[in-house]
Amino acid sequence: MNDFLRRLLFLPEQASSVAREIDTLHYFVIGITMVGATGVFIAALWWSIRYRARSFEASSTTPQVQAGLAVEGGLLAFLVVLFIVFWVVGFSQYLRMRIPPRDAMVVYVTGKQWMWKFAYPEGKQTINTLVVPANRNVQLVMTSRDVIHSFYVPAFRVKQDVLPGRYYTTWFRATRPGTYRIYCAEYCGLSHSAMWGDVVALEADDYERWLEGEPLENFVQLPPGPPMARVATGLGPDLPAYPRGIAEASQPRSMADWGREVAALKGCLACHTLDGQPHIGPTWRNLWYRETPLADGRVIIADEAYLTRSMMDPMLELVQGYAPVMPTYQGLLEPAEVGAILELIRSISEPLPTPARAPEPLVRPPLPPGSLDRVDPARALEFIRETSERVTP
Amino acid sequence: MKNYLNCETTIWSWLSTKDHKRIGVMFLVSVTLFLLVGGVFALILRLEHLTPGPTLVSPNMYNQLFTLHGVVMVWLFLIPAIPAGFGNFFLPIMLGAKDVAFPRLNLASLYIFWIGAILTIYGVLDRAADTGWTFYPPYSSQTYTKATPVLLGVFVLGWSTIITGVNFITTIHTLRAKGMRFMDMPLFAWALYGVSIIQILGTPVLGIILLMVVMDHSFDWGLFDPARGGDPLIYQHIFWFYSHPAVYIMILPPMGVVSEIVTSMAHKNPLSYKAIAYSTFGIAFVGFLTWGHHMFTSGMSELNAGIFGILSMGVAVFSAIKVFTWTGTLYRGSVWIRTPLVYIFAFLFLFIFGGMTGVAVAATSLDVHWHDTYFVVAHFHFIMVGASLTAFLAALHYWWPKITGKMYFEGWGVAGAILVFLGFVGTFFPQFLLGNAGMPRRYYHYSEQFQALNVLSTAGSWVLALGLLLVLVTLIWSLVAGEKAPANPWNSRSYEWMTPSPPPKENFPETPRFVRGPYDYHLPLEPP
Amino acid sequence: MNLAVPKLQHHFEDLPKQAHAARLGMWLFLASEALFFSGLFTLYAAYRAHYPEIFREGVAHNDLVLGTVNTFILLTGSLFLSLALWALRAARRALSVLLTAATGLAGLVYLIIKATEWAHHMAEGIFPGGRGRFFVENPEPAWAIFYTSYYGLTGFHAIHVTVGVGILAWTAWWMHRERVGPAAAYKLAIVGLYWHFVDIVWLFLWPLFYLLRNPA
Repeated sequence: MNDFLRRLLFLPEQASSVAREIDTLHYFVIGITMVGATGVFIAALWWSIRYRARSFEASSTTPQVQAGLAVEGGLLAFLVVLFIVFWVVGFSQYLRMRIPPRDAMVVYVTGKQWMWKFAYPEGKQTINTLVVPANRNVQLVMTSRDVIHSFYVPAFRVKQDVLPGRYYTTWFRATRPGTYRIYCAEYCGLSHSAMWGDVVALEADDYERWLEGEPLENFVQLPPGPPMARVATGLGPDLPAYPRGIAEASQPRSMADWGREVAALKGCLACHTLDGQPHIGPTWRNLWYRETPLADGRVIIADEAYLTRSMMDPMLELVQGYAPVMPTYQGLLEPAEVGAILELIRSISEPLPTPARAPEPLVRPPLPPGSLDRVDPARALEFIRETSERVTP
Repeated sequence: MKNYLNCETTIWSWLSTKDHKRIGVMFLVSVTLFLLVGGVFALILRLEHLTPGPTLVSPNMYNQLFTLHGVVMVWLFLIPAIPAGFGNFFLPIMLGAKDVAFPRLNLASLYIFWIGAILTIYGVLDRAADTGWTFYPPYSSQTYTKATPVLLGVFVLGWSTIITGVNFITTIHTLRAKGMRFMDMPLFAWALYGVSIIQILGTPVLGIILLMVVMDHSFDWGLFDPARGGDPLIYQHIFWFYSHPAVYIMILPPMGVVSEIVTSMAHKNPLSYKAIAYSTFGIAFVGFLTWGHHMFTSGMSELNAGIFGILSMGVAVFSAIKVFTWTGTLYRGSVWIRTPLVYIFAFLFLFIFGGMTGVAVAATSLDVHWHDTYFVVAHFHFIMVGASLTAFLAALHYWWPKITGKMYFEGWGVAGAILVFLGFVGTFFPQFLLGNAGMPRRYYHYSEQFQALNVLSTAGSWVLALGLLLVLVTLIWSLVAGEKAPANPWNSRSYEWMTPSPPPKENFPETPRFVRGPYDYHLPLEPP
Repeated sequence: MNLAVPKLQHHFEDLPKQAHAARLGMWLFLASEALFFSGLFTLYAAYRAHYPEIFREGVAHNDLVLGTVNTFILLTGSLFLSLALWALRAARRALSVLLTAATGLAGLVYLIIKATEWAHHMAEGIFPGGRGRFFVENPEPAWAIFYTSYYGLTGFHAIHVTVGVGILAWTAWWMHRERVGPAAAYKLAIVGLYWHFVDIVWLFLWPLFYLLRNPA
């Protein structure tokens, strides 16, 4: 019966400990209200036909029918009691969904535009793939890095908004191994609809083996990642899907290879291509020391300094023709990782004719030479504050 | 025969009019225009959803389209349509008055509406906002799109609404005909009174919070920026404090229309006049106490969630009282099944259905699954389109003869109503199932398994568009080729039918003296 | 003595009804204005609950003398306006015009003092949005919120005072030019209602930003 109603109502599978009882309330509420609605509507239709006008004289009269207080009061009382019952059951379920059991294992979750990052106390970190043991209580401690997101797993009937500057907690227990979709359910900008992931619930020993370092692919075939590349412009061929489930970077062969891993891991490849295709952000192919027109009219050379500044404060020197949607990577990239990305960009650019640098900069640098010799810290702080307005920590 | 339409015919006489009837007509034309604009946005959105991936527009454009669809439909159509359109036209007539209390302010409200509309449309055309009609920070503070013109446009529109509210309450208190007590007024006046309370008390809160978003967005005030001590959740509380009562602004006038049409078409007194009058104030008052049910998953405390949940259940009871009263009014009436009543059948079915899903989402545990999914989208469209728009169309057909002096073709009227109803159900019923299945809202891209229901919904939107087109053509055609309307085509006892169609400029040929109540169908027309 | 009577609008049955409607309309409008400010007061209340110590320090940092002088000035202005209404009802139009103009002047003085306070704050490096060197020296985030809400609330109130001064000036001139008599007193009364409301808002701002400076 449960399964029949679940399918009839297009509800997802019931894969968490609370899903079944929530669905039961769902059947109950929808069933009663729909029966009531149908009854009232049929009464209206029936009486309209039964009492349709036989005469169309302006002077004809109808009996004055007033509802007795008993009828009105009775209907009112019945409805109030019914709705309170709905509320009592719903609220008690809600309390159980909100308050995590004491024995729950903890996973730390960060939502950011446009990906979910999971960190385990044992040290593992994943992107967009929340690996958990089935039949164990899992508590999520969550926050956002930028705007409001919402962590939603339909199969678990679980949802919790994440706001920046605060921590939220929710919990679940997956009742059987499987892969369950995570959606972002609070509009967060351009790629809101591509900000999804998966909960992978493993058998207990498989989970232990994964924790110890076995690759996830040994246990489960992950579905393809969010089609961020395709979503973004709808143009161009199918770009490689956003890699997922990476626990840690494998040993790179060269700094450029490491840069490729970092770029994938940190989400750069969601918006920048490596093969010259136009996309959300400028392509990195042949970007090294390229003359680049900026949105404010200047033309600059995309050298190491510019590329680094773009990672830290993308809004400051936006490239012309691109939407200002790049989030900042301040605090999110080790200096060596920045270097690795620069090496990657250099490796996919055509060799430059000598001399490698332009004879002189095409634009005056912001600070006159020698001005850093005597820096007043207070003024420097003020300058930094004023120029870092939209950078979120 | 001189009436309010042909007494003066220059454009300036319209633009400078103080006649509430002309102002009402100009509002009706304006809101219909914006209904079409918002509807075109919706059609494009639905076309985009024919396939899971990119179909017609870019993700940026999609985000802007759903934002503006919401903004235009809520503030440029639903909120002003019945009050500023039909309310302006009929409130004085129903009270036996010559005009509203402040005719010049009334004209100002029309111009303010247009200024707000122009600001909003300017925002649409130039890097339109992509924040959703709810403008949540921090995203609304950070977005590169031009949120400010749209925000300021809505702010200005709010003033038009407040002026209308002030005007209506003052009119009801000071301009009723001699001998007309509050309990003698037509029920539409009660609905306008209730909605005016919400407009006066709720709209300013929206105004101030949107102004704060403008300060954050354009002047980087950081009021909701956690790095500067701000709290995005406070925005949600203050925003929904208005925006939940706002939905009652969008439903109370339609309910007033239903009360009028049911009693007129059934030629019968309402089952309980007091129930309808008092439940109007119940909705207006309790509606201010339920805003937190939009925030069950936002991180409110469990105590808050519980209180808001039970209050939300409470407000549904008032609507249920009205539904029972309307249904019971048909019992032992003398029912004319004409186009306005056909729309009312659609209203009853869709309002009850949609309202019951509202009770369902008030059950907190169920809302966790449904929040921010297509279930909620379907729920509010059932009410806003299935109930409010349907009542608007019902009012349009019911009062068309009085406003224009022409009768529309009844057969086409019914055909339009049926098409609109079928198209509506086809568009929005699948969305309940999409929400159950877990499809979030504001999603440009969706998972493949949702495609079949999406295609169904899009097909429904074409039928709905066709129906609305048919309605438009039928009504415009009647202006050209319709029969001349009698003063009282429906044999109604309500007061607006006691004057010619269209009415003279002063509303009544002589000062009216109402010898019967508006619902005294059990008494003969004239006292002996 | 020429004491003009306001024109009776065609839809009102008599002048008292028209006056009653004008007063009711103004009260309803003021209700909307009260809700307008309540959004801002809610923001203040919520953030004060989050950051009680810094808000207290911020209040202590404001100039109590200037704030209290402003309170006195606005209250005096309201007194003048009440007397102006009494004068008009007693058919002493010239006195009424004078008192109305004096109220406008009081409003102007209030604005000047308020501007001076803002200038002091800006000289210290306090600007809305947490900008300025004060926030470099005091980096806790709550300072930014305190001063932004200070500028927001007092600024929004100042806009209303400015509008009020304009209305008072226009009213004084109109009363003089139209040679109004007691029958037009209701028009001055509704202007008075608006001005008293603006005054009452200040009576809330004064404790929130100047008085609540001591630990509970």
